Amino acid sequence: MTDHDHHHDHHHDHSDLSETELRVRALETILTEKGYIDPAALDVLIETYESKVGPRNGARVVARAWTDPAFRARLLADATPAIGELGYAGRQGEHIVAIENTPELHNMVVCTLCSCYPWPVLGLPPVWYKSAPYRAKAVKDPRGVLQDFGFALAPTTKIRVWDSTAEIRYFVLPMRPEGTEGWSEDQLAELVTRDSMIGTGLPKRPAEVTR
Amino acid sequence: MSAPDHQAALAATQVLPGIPVDAEGPVFREPWEAHAFAMAVTLHARGLFTWPEWAAALAEEISRAQAEGDADCGDTYYRHWLATLERLVAEKGVTTPANLARYRDAWDHAADRTPHGKPIELSPEDFAG
Repeated sequence: MTDHDHHHDHHHDHSDLSETELRVRALETILTEKGYIDPAALDVLIETYESKVGPRNGARVVARAWTDPAFRARLLADATPAIGELGYAGRQGEHIVAIENTPELHNMVVCTLCSCYPWPVLGLPPVWYKSAPYRAKAVKDPRGVLQDFGFALAPTTKIRVWDSTAEIRYFVLPMRPEGTEGWSEDQLAELVTRDSMIGTGLPKRPAEVTR
Repeated sequence: MSAPDHQAALAATQVLPGIPVDAEGPVFREPWEAHAFAMAVTLHARGLFTWPEWAAALAEEISRAQAEGDADCGDTYYRHWLATLERLVAEKGVTTPANLARYRDAWDHAADRTPHGKPIELSPEDFAG
């Protein structure tokens, strides 16, 4: 592993599920075992609502950072209070860290498996993101994963993979697309996709949205 | 059996006016809410209950919670939804409250022994003890 660093400083050594999440998993397992539900079919239905979970507050945070240099500086220095300025609060004790993409460095977040994923900011984690093969490949071959998603980074761009901890949740501040000079914050927010804030995609291009 | 689809989900939101929605369909505050919603749509499609039957059971759960002091500002809607699911699957003989508790404890055990960041999966050992 020479072209990326893997940050892995977990403070907690086990996973965390809320009481409600435990009950939902219990029910889902029993219904699956008894043949009442097919988890794959359930995932297809849930995937329909991926973008509907959480208010996708992150898109507004990114758009603000693109238009307001002082906000951007505060966000990168300490994201939790900066995000709080927009009226969004995560769970209690949640510490969010914003990491910035540059032409030289692309960031990608891999840990989305339990409650360490900041869904209040990013929305529901994509179903495919939970699969073990994906995770393993994201850590070993992030450039290959990005190619699977249809975008090739310049060979000179380094990739850094971030694994959330129980205390720290990462989100990616993507680069502002070219050709958006003079756009309002609202217009820019339309360009920000969930995948661009996880680092497995790029923001939409101006041509992809109607102004 | 065809898998429940977005149309079935939309139909549910039309029969059950309490479901939080926006212009395009149901909205969820947390991932588990989407799971609970999708399970009910699936069980309905399987014919385990009718929507009027579901609505009556859900209304009872909500009344009970209100009697116990739930302000019912909308943020607890899917908690009532989950309680309704648990109750109906028991009433229909799909499983028992004791079995639900056993699986809940097993998942708790699985989470405890799974290193942070690894997929949490149930194994037989989680049911021991």
